Amino acid sequence: MQDFTASDKYTAAPVRLGEPDPYPDRVAGEFVCRVVSNDLVNESNRLLVLDAPERALRAKAGQFFHLLCPTPDGAEVWMRRPMSIYRIDRAGGRLEFLYKCEGRGTLGMSMLEPGGEFNIAGPLGIGFSLEPGWKNIVVLGRGVGLATLAPLSQLAVEHDVKIAAILSARTPELLMSRDFFAELGAEVMTVVDSDGSSAVENVEAILEGLIADGKADAFFTCGSNRLLMLMKRLGAAHGIPGQVAMEQLMCCALGACYICVRTFEVDGKRVLKRVCREGPVFDIQEAVGW
Amino acid sequence: MVDLSIRIGDVDLANPVMPASGAFSWEYADVIDLNRLGGLVAKTICKEPRNGNPTPRMAETEAGIIQSIGLPGKGVYYFLDNIVPEYKKFTPPFIASISAETADEFAEMCSILSVPEIDVLEVNISCPTRNATGGNFSLHEEHTAKVMRDIRAATDHPVWAKLSPNAGDIVSIAVAAEEAGADALVIANTFLSLKIRTDNFRPALGNKFGGLVSPALKPIVLRMVYQVAKEVTVPVIGIGGVTKAEDVVEYMLAGAHGVGIGYAGFRNPTALTAIIDDLQEWCEARGIERITDLIGAVRDDDMETDTLVAASAGV
Repeated sequence: MQDFTASDKYTAAPVRLGEPDPYPDRVAGEFVCRVVSNDLVNESNRLLVLDAPERALRAKAGQFFHLLCPTPDGAEVWMRRPMSIYRIDRAGGRLEFLYKCEGRGTLGMSMLEPGGEFNIAGPLGIGFSLEPGWKNIVVLGRGVGLATLAPLSQLAVEHDVKIAAILSARTPELLMSRDFFAELGAEVMTVVDSDGSSAVENVEAILEGLIADGKADAFFTCGSNRLLMLMKRLGAAHGIPGQVAMEQLMCCALGACYICVRTFEVDGKRVLKRVCREGPVFDIQEAVGW
Repeated sequence: MVDLSIRIGDVDLANPVMPASGAFSWEYADVIDLNRLGGLVAKTICKEPRNGNPTPRMAETEAGIIQSIGLPGKGVYYFLDNIVPEYKKFTPPFIASISAETADEFAEMCSILSVPEIDVLEVNISCPTRNATGGNFSLHEEHTAKVMRDIRAATDHPVWAKLSPNAGDIVSIAVAAEEAGADALVIANTFLSLKIRTDNFRPALGNKFGGLVSPALKPIVLRMVYQVAKEVTVPVIGIGGVTKAEDVVEYMLAGAHGVGIGYAGFRNPTALTAIIDDLQEWCEARGIERITDLIGAVRDDDMETDTLVAASAGV
């Protein structure tokens, strides 16, 4: 009699909702969450809402979780997928992820159903930070990169910092989070490819306007290489500090494996940094794009 | 209470479960209690600082992941000053892992690292993305014997030789390493692999070749551990595809004293401690009092295996 079954294929000891936490003081953990909902918000993006254990809710803006995605096709999904947090609802005990269904991992995620379980590891990495002197920030995001900037904006509101949000997407239908930013009281500007308004020159003009109006103490961006390069250039020219959230293929997500490195420029020298450990949020002036 | 402790040469380990070099760092303390592990195995270091290989460094395949990191690091002196102290915050034996391009450099590094803070030197003479005369010595018997003799002459520390599964006959390599003075054998490193993207006809990894990491390796490496353990007297540590407690048991039945775990710790960051818990339970449920009773306890005396051994050893 063989003693292997599908259920014992892997050993894992994640914390489950309502069960005791073996490592309550550790900064990160492996958690089995319960799916509340997982609905399409537009033609290509979904919002996953999870009931999560308390320790997972200690996540900060810009941090990420490493997600053990179900298989979309019967074959194994071998590695977890890193994903930044869209919303942390500590009072409600919920975590939300806004994602684009693209590769096998996110396709597997799209099949999660309410009531089902989902294993996440985190919170991981270094998130966004707000300096005490900043009264006005500019967030510039494109596509699903807007999701990463959402909790930063929540944080800014909590610190009484005003937000100018420039949201970029291919079409108006894909402009996610416009209401989210508007409800936070942000000054929202939208640009899209379909009418040409997302062109770098136009976004540059908008940013120059915000700088002239004194509304740009710091820049934040995610989701577009050309917008990152634009903010880096304007930031350097006007002496405006900035932060960018980056992504990369990841394996351990804890700093051990050195798979998720990217090139950065520090003091004129090119160096490799781990997106999982030294990031995923980096100084815009150190970023060299991708 | 089951006694999970094992002894590898002169080194006592609380249990047979260790991380595999390269798949672990002290940073796992963010998630688990490192003091529960059998040993702490650092990422392989080189003498000089290295950036490592171009990205992408990992690609998913149908049966596991292939990766090629290229031994990035800040060199041996940075390791001694900055990384060793991080590991020394924890109690399990500390195993430093070393790679070098020449036998002389291996010996020099072993000499530099023969300090009291380091309990064991794992000599990674099998980095899959290095060649036979530039670091992957364990592809050939004579290179293995030479580098291990030079290492042995350079240090009195326990030396564990990490061997390659890519050699034609790993048993001969293992015997050569033992005869040249290895205190234990770590079997094995990753399998040299390739993935080509059909969308752009390009190799998927920045370094072209990578090592396959997968539960699929377990039966292959288990066979190697079994064959090697029959021919050597030094302890063997099995690495390849361990994802659960029964896999540890299987390796020990095949003759291993302990195991190294890589992939499972990537998939589930809590896997190593969970496997130790499960191992304890597995032994309790079966009335096994000492885990060492499992070493080499496979019941195969009545089975004819000569054909298999001869075929896979290339005889």
